[in-house]
Amino acid sequence: MANISDFTLTKLVAGIKKKDFTSQEVTESFISSSEKSKKLNTYITKCFDEAISTAKNFDKKKNYKGLLAGVPIAVKDLFCTKNVKTTAGSKILHNFTPTYESTVTNNLWSQGSFLLGKLNCDEFAMGSSNETSFFGNVTNPFGDKLVPGGSSGGSASALAANLTPATIGTDTGGSIRQPASFTGTVGLKPTYGRCSRWGIVAFASSLDQAGPMTKNVEDCALLLQAMSGYDPKDSTSVDIKVDNYSSKLTDKAKGLKIGIPKEYRVENMPDAIDKLWKKGIDYLKDAGAIIKNISLPHTKYALPAYYIVAPAEASSNLARYDGVKYGHRSKGNNLFEMYENTRSEGFGDEVKRRILIGTYVLSSGYYDAYYLKAQKVRQLIKNDFDKAFNDIDAILTPSTPSAAFKMGDKKDDPVSMYLNDIFTVPINLAGLPAISVPAGYDKNDLPLGLQLIGKAFDEQTILNLSLAIEKRADFKRKFKVWWS
Amino acid sequence: MSIDKDTVKHIAKLARISLDEKKINSLSKDLSSIMKFIEKLNELNTEKTVPLTSIINASLQSRKDEVLDGKIRDQILKNSPEKNEEFFVVPKVIE
Repeated sequence: MANISDFTLTKLVAGIKKKDFTSQEVTESFISSSEKSKKLNTYITKCFDEAISTAKNFDKKKNYKGLLAGVPIAVKDLFCTKNVKTTAGSKILHNFTPTYESTVTNNLWSQGSFLLGKLNCDEFAMGSSNETSFFGNVTNPFGDKLVPGGSSGGSASALAANLTPATIGTDTGGSIRQPASFTGTVGLKPTYGRCSRWGIVAFASSLDQAGPMTKNVEDCALLLQAMSGYDPKDSTSVDIKVDNYSSKLTDKAKGLKIGIPKEYRVENMPDAIDKLWKKGIDYLKDAGAIIKNISLPHTKYALPAYYIVAPAEASSNLARYDGVKYGHRSKGNNLFEMYENTRSEGFGDEVKRRILIGTYVLSSGYYDAYYLKAQKVRQLIKNDFDKAFNDIDAILTPSTPSAAFKMGDKKDDPVSMYLNDIFTVPINLAGLPAISVPAGYDKNDLPLGLQLIGKAFDEQTILNLSLAIEKRADFKRKFKVWWS
Repeated sequence: MSIDKDTVKHIAKLARISLDEKKINSLSKDLSSIMKFIEKLNELNTEKTVPLTSIINASLQSRKDEVLDGKIRDQILKNSPEKNEEFFVVPKVIE
């Protein structure tokens, strides 16, 4: 029998139900591969002992009802987990142990899953390479000097390396889709409001959304269903029925209209990505879709608008870290000095940059010029999508403008790092669902993803189209296990 | 718009982050390059555009005005770096 940790989430759930293996065997298999993965640095906190005892308990009770019955899952360390340390990749929360559970993780546990561990991420989810974490860089299984993308880099890397059967991340400007693309995995950012944000460490509240990261599209449909739903504790979660994504999953795209936005053909885009995009168009045509050229004229303004809106919201959200209620505290001769020293020592460079940009654009005399301007541009970007979606069902683009890059390559130039999210950020600004599905390799054998963008609350269509691409691309994650 | 060292000091004070001279220099450079990037938005005429206020079309749900939690003082104090049995403790603010 193949190694259990190579199996997909769907196969594991089915296998446990059919008694091909026990929950304990599954859990032990992932713990064993995780124990050997130190060089990838994906884990911040391991919950292996608790996971084993939960698995043993499951095997005794044999309650197979949940969608994820008996399968352990490691999650991004941005989700608050009751009595398990939650750091957001930051020194300022290095000692924070929540007394409550986030709604989204709670939804997973209600479906029979349990916690395997907490995965590394960029500090407060701010980064595109997982190089800003207080707990060190995460490495991409595709190469010992490569970044896994970010901010859900630990999640993507752990998933690709078979350390967890599936995982969940958060996506504020591409933090699920970009690392999925860099590691040859599937990552979906749901519609804003589809998943509850309650109990997730906040970065930019009007953009943040949790989503599934999985080995294939089938798993993605399953995990999305398990985690989604209205939550009275999050006033921006939306009370719309969650579809049975798995049972409606089909690779048929007959009659569906797919938009190809000309603005996503950017300068200096590698040939391999352009070719892959064309292949993606052919795959979808083959599945019966109709291709239409479209225009999203304000695309180039999305990233600058994002770098006003996101830091502004972050500066406000992160004001709560003051060394009083929880987290790290530094010494100071008076209250203000204590605040200033706590925040200076507790936050890393990228977080400081964003707090300061946010403070600046919201400060007296600049609000209209920056924040209000950005909110107007955000409306124009949303209008572009609204108009396009009058004629089409989904949009196909590349997920990222490059494959995974080397550690250190962009670290000293914040703007060049930001440009990595050029294809993902507009979708967060418009609140739409989008998925990255692995579809091929570049000339250096690094994985590349295609992005499908859907109408609000129509995750089903982009899942179906991704399945159509997945079947035709026949993508296989190929790397040597160099880290164990 | 470039962010000079005095501006960095001013916003760092507003954000309650202490910075040394070296950090102020590097932040002045970084923030200036970010602001330059952001200024691309000035190309756009947005005089007649209504700013976006909410991304979801659904209206907010209302609920009954009733207490659903409470009596969790110990939980709230649990993670505090310094506390006595009932209160958060901070450096003295009144002489």
